[in-house]
Amino acid sequence: MTDMTEKILETKELAVSFDSFNVFHDISFDIHRGEVMAVVGPNGSGKTVLFRALLGLIPFQGAVSWAKGIKIGYVPQKLFVDSQFPVSVGDFFKFKTKSEEAVVEALNSVGFTGDFGHLKHQLLGKKMGALSGGQFQRVMIAWSILNKPDILLFDEPTSGIDVGGEETIYNLLHKLQKSSHLAIILISHDLNIVYKYADKVLCLNKEAVCYGPPHEVLNTANLSQLYGGETKFYEHKHGN
Amino acid sequence: MEINALILSMVVGAFVGLASGYLGSLMVLRKMSLVGDALSHVALPGLAVGLLWNVNPFFGAFGALFLAIILIWLVENRTKLPTETLVGIFFTLSLAIGLIITPEPELLEALFGDISQTVPLEAVLAVIFSAIAIAAVHKIYGRLVLGTMSNDLASSVGIKTKKIDFIFLLIVALIVALGIKIVGTLLMGALVIIPAAAAKNLSRNLTAYAGLSALFGLISAAGGVYLASLLNFSPGPIVVLTSAAIFFLSLIFKKS
Repeated sequence: MTDMTEKILETKELAVSFDSFNVFHDISFDIHRGEVMAVVGPNGSGKTVLFRALLGLIPFQGAVSWAKGIKIGYVPQKLFVDSQFPVSVGDFFKFKTKSEEAVVEALNSVGFTGDFGHLKHQLLGKKMGALSGGQFQRVMIAWSILNKPDILLFDEPTSGIDVGGEETIYNLLHKLQKSSHLAIILISHDLNIVYKYADKVLCLNKEAVCYGPPHEVLNTANLSQLYGGETKFYEHKHGN
Repeated sequence: MEINALILSMVVGAFVGLASGYLGSLMVLRKMSLVGDALSHVALPGLAVGLLWNVNPFFGAFGALFLAIILIWLVENRTKLPTETLVGIFFTLSLAIGLIITPEPELLEALFGDISQTVPLEAVLAVIFSAIAIAAVHKIYGRLVLGTMSNDLASSVGIKTKKIDFIFLLIVALIVALGIKIVGTLLMGALVIIPAAAAKNLSRNLTAYAGLSALFGLISAAGGVYLASLLNFSPGPIVVLTSAAIFFLSLIFKKS
């Protein structure tokens, strides 16, 4: 049985600056196994930079401590591919695994049904740059969960996602989280998503403006400090 | 050109063309077309120094290219200077210096290549170095493409992107040094870029893209050398024209 209370990530007084520009400072939070934390904040508040620091890709001050043996999956906001980029979905998976079985399992779990032959015909032969926004995200999630990570860092794109559809990307993440005790840190631009799916939320704007369960900390005062007065777009309506 | 010499230069052309096309497919993906072109100009002063000091010009060219890629790599990784501008300034400068110090009789050959003078030892060296370059490109291909798609994603799965970038630039230096024998320093950019541009028009996946690019490089170089001897022209421009013809054909069959 997985210990759901095990702490898998802890940051203490995390700070990042580029030259003399201070991106953010004094960020402390922790993530337990299976927990979902949303990171919200205005554009340019350092959300993606936070992920890069957690992944160890950029220098930072303070502490980022991962529990031993933790595997991290990362879904970046975008890839630098255009519709002419000659990399198919199948090629993209081959960068990470040679096992057709693993690819089928990962794709099935993000809602692409069928066996390898079917998927090869329907999806794996397509160019990465030719996928729709929703397909692209599901492919990226499938890719990132190939090695069965303990935690997923999910950087939500600002645009290009089909609204609606039978299963939203968040239902999907929610299911993955339940079925494989996956912890998730997601950068989101939609506070409704945060209310619905996150156990806690980190409001980021130079520093941690708020941190805690969404219903407790996403109040008018905090949101107004976070977004600078434009809060009425984001107010949560109960019953959504 | 007598038959044996022609076969020898076609073999060299085939190997160097294959390696150039294969490597070029990576350069096009990384949007390094112009860097590759500018980089080949650096070979000229190296060639000249080789000629003046009586060492094989290949080593002079490779030495100059090696210095240049170290410089590019340092600029990209250690400073915040705009690479493009620096490449533009530094590389045209070295072309100018090369034009001045290259002995007059060899200048045309250095600029536009001349494979008809290939001696067997040079041919063997070119084949061996091409094979090494092809193997090295094959080894880093997937990791480099993933790093091109997203450096962060590649790093997040443990790929040492800076190291891979450096190895890649080393191979670029090696291939450019080999290729200038065939097409010269002015036209080398074409030998790496055009086959890949043509392959990109026809490919839906990476295997087809890399394979076609290598194949087009081979056909352009070997075929160009053959055509040149048939028509009694200098091989360099004919090689480039051959690859350009393939590119225009590829436009007709372009897949969306």
